[in-house]
Amino acid sequence: MTGERPIGEDDLQAFVDGRLPSARFEAIKLYLADQPALAEQVSREIEQRDALRARLAFKAQEPVPSRLRVANILASRRRSSIFRPAAIAAAVAWLAIGGVLGGFGGVWWASRSRGQDEIADAAGSAIAAHRIYVSERLHPVEVPADQEAHLVQWLSRRVGKPLFAPNLNAQGYRLIGGRLLPAGNEPAALFMYEDAGGGRLTLYARSDGGEERTAFRFETQEGVSAFSWIEKGLSYVVSARVDRAQLLPIAETIYKQFEATSDPAKSRS
Amino acid sequence: MDEIASLLEPQIPALRRYAWALLRDDEGADDLVQDTLERAIGRWSQRRDGDLRAWLFAIQRNLFLNGLRQRRSRGAHVGDEALNDLPAPGTSPENHASLHDILVGLDALPEEQRSILLLVGVEDLSYEQAAKVLDVPIGTVMSRLSRARARLRDFMDNGRSAVLRRVK
Repeated sequence: MTGERPIGEDDLQAFVDGRLPSARFEAIKLYLADQPALAEQVSREIEQRDALRARLAFKAQEPVPSRLRVANILASRRRSSIFRPAAIAAAVAWLAIGGVLGGFGGVWWASRSRGQDEIADAAGSAIAAHRIYVSERLHPVEVPADQEAHLVQWLSRRVGKPLFAPNLNAQGYRLIGGRLLPAGNEPAALFMYEDAGGGRLTLYARSDGGEERTAFRFETQEGVSAFSWIEKGLSYVVSARVDRAQLLPIAETIYKQFEATSDPAKSRS
Repeated sequence: MDEIASLLEPQIPALRRYAWALLRDDEGADDLVQDTLERAIGRWSQRRDGDLRAWLFAIQRNLFLNGLRQRRSRGAHVGDEALNDLPAPGTSPENHASLHDILVGLDALPEEQRSILLLVGVEDLSYEQAAKVLDVPIGTVMSRLSRARARLRDFMDNGRSAVLRRVK
């Protein structure tokens, strides 16, 4: 027949997907009848397509968790925008995307931002410091908690931003002191806490010029969990050898205490 | 608000399935879906009148990729050993083995190929919708789909070593 389109890989794919108009479908069937090897491949691809659908079908049949109900998401957006475990993954995206997300067309494909680098770097440094100092029995801190006022004043001056040691008594941790650390060429502050069982938690803070504010970011390295975030030009990282669910409320508490201290009138909408 | 819910909620089962297929982790997948829904709600006014389904899948895939980049940048290895313990929903042992294999095969593919197989083959997106989600021309969708299926077939027939040898 003159003028008939030659068979293409797009035809074969549409054949596998059952998306061909019937005339074309019949043409492909005839074509494959003459090509047993190719026909065998196509039939394998159809089988595998079906197998994948069957394997994944259960997930779409599960009851939808209530946290994914749109009404609940709308309600929690009104309450608070930052403190849910799911915000952690979103934080990554917010950082990478910045403020430029438009409609379709490539703007989502954003490169890693400076803020993301900073927060990842701060988290890495903080976890390293956590590992080194929490295992220290004789000198875990440079300045002990009985000199808290001096400690806070000293670290604030060196870091260049007002700091304080959050009160974590309600979470079962008491301050045991703090120390100054190098962060590249800049200073960083480390507060250390201990619970009744001797479990230690550290809060790392350093000045970071880039991002004004980020949501929480979670990571875990060999059993040490860390939440990090940037707020008003300071990077914070809280680290402990606990799981994410245990650490999140502590990170929230620290965040809220800093927020309340720095600007009590301002509330997060 | 009710309009948002009535448009979004029918899409959630498919978004959960795509998220789970990418992540293989129940909690992580639902975190990703939740982030997707939040993003969609937050950007609802910027949504074009076009295809809601393609828009949602595009948001979800981009959130997934951003998370993946972040894990890579931290040097964490996300291997496929985790898949070895995956229980399949099938009941008979033979069923279990074959269904298990298809996911291992899927996992042997690069993300672009996994996504195209999932979006077209499982989520029934049209080729036009898949092109929007992946932000590529439709010709690229077709050739990528063709390569993905060939590679999956090759993996299922010949195992991992054959696929790895042919990586270009």
